[in-house]
Amino acid sequence: MSQEELTAIQADKVVDARGTACPGPLLAAKKAIAEITSGQVMEVLSADEGTKKDIPKWATKKGHEYMGTVEESGFFKIYLRKA
Amino acid sequence: MEEKILELERRIKQLEATKKKDQLSMVIFSGELDKLLAAMIIATGATAMDMEVKLFFTFWGLSALRDKKKRAQKKELTSKMFGAMLPKGTSEVKLSKMNMGGAGLAMLKSLMKKKNVASLDDLLKTAGELGVEINICEMSMGLMGFSKDEMIDYPGLNYCGVGTYLADAEESTVQLFI
Repeated sequence: MSQEELTAIQADKVVDARGTACPGPLLAAKKAIAEITSGQVMEVLSADEGTKKDIPKWATKKGHEYMGTVEESGFFKIYLRKA
Repeated sequence: MEEKILELERRIKQLEATKKKDQLSMVIFSGELDKLLAAMIIATGATAMDMEVKLFFTFWGLSALRDKKKRAQKKELTSKMFGAMLPKGTSEVKLSKMNMGGAGLAMLKSLMKKKNVASLDDLLKTAGELGVEINICEMSMGLMGFSKDEMIDYPGLNYCGVGTYLADAEESTVQLFI
């Protein structure tokens, strides 16, 4: 997905995990994905560099679709579609 | 023919009992803050990766599980002495490197706060909520002179032997020793 397409996404759930370091964002993502239904999109906000790699790995393992990451100043917006 | 089927059934049962699960089994041997932090970050992170987590606390690792507010009843003199020399709880554990009489430790703690890294206490609490299983080596308890009534309140704190750890490790896809 291109950055423009990602920026245009209206997520069904936004998880703000910018206040925690590893493994906080991953734990927050795992908890939140249980609250949406299959096909819905989740946006994870994280200020932790490691999360950029961790979330796609976790998503692949669980079969969710990793859509892409948008970099803002000082944090990341990571998009996922629930399987 | 029937005998062969029974033999096959027996072997399948055997294989299923030792089948690998999406599980992390870790020995926590060290009693220093940096090592305990790494262990608990890996443990809680593993639950996020949907793994079952089983921790086996032994030797110096046990110090972190002592409750500072609890007092042990009836201890032998040597156990009392040993216990007094060892850290009591997460607030007393030191660094394995650069402790510098507590200065390095204080620096790390302040950096952790600044960088939003969870404290060891927070990680233990989170681990409990996430269902991380803590198994305590019964033999180490006796050796270190710790008693069960001075350990922290943690959901599902079990006391066991090396056999339990080995059985857990055998069926785990990931095994670690810290």
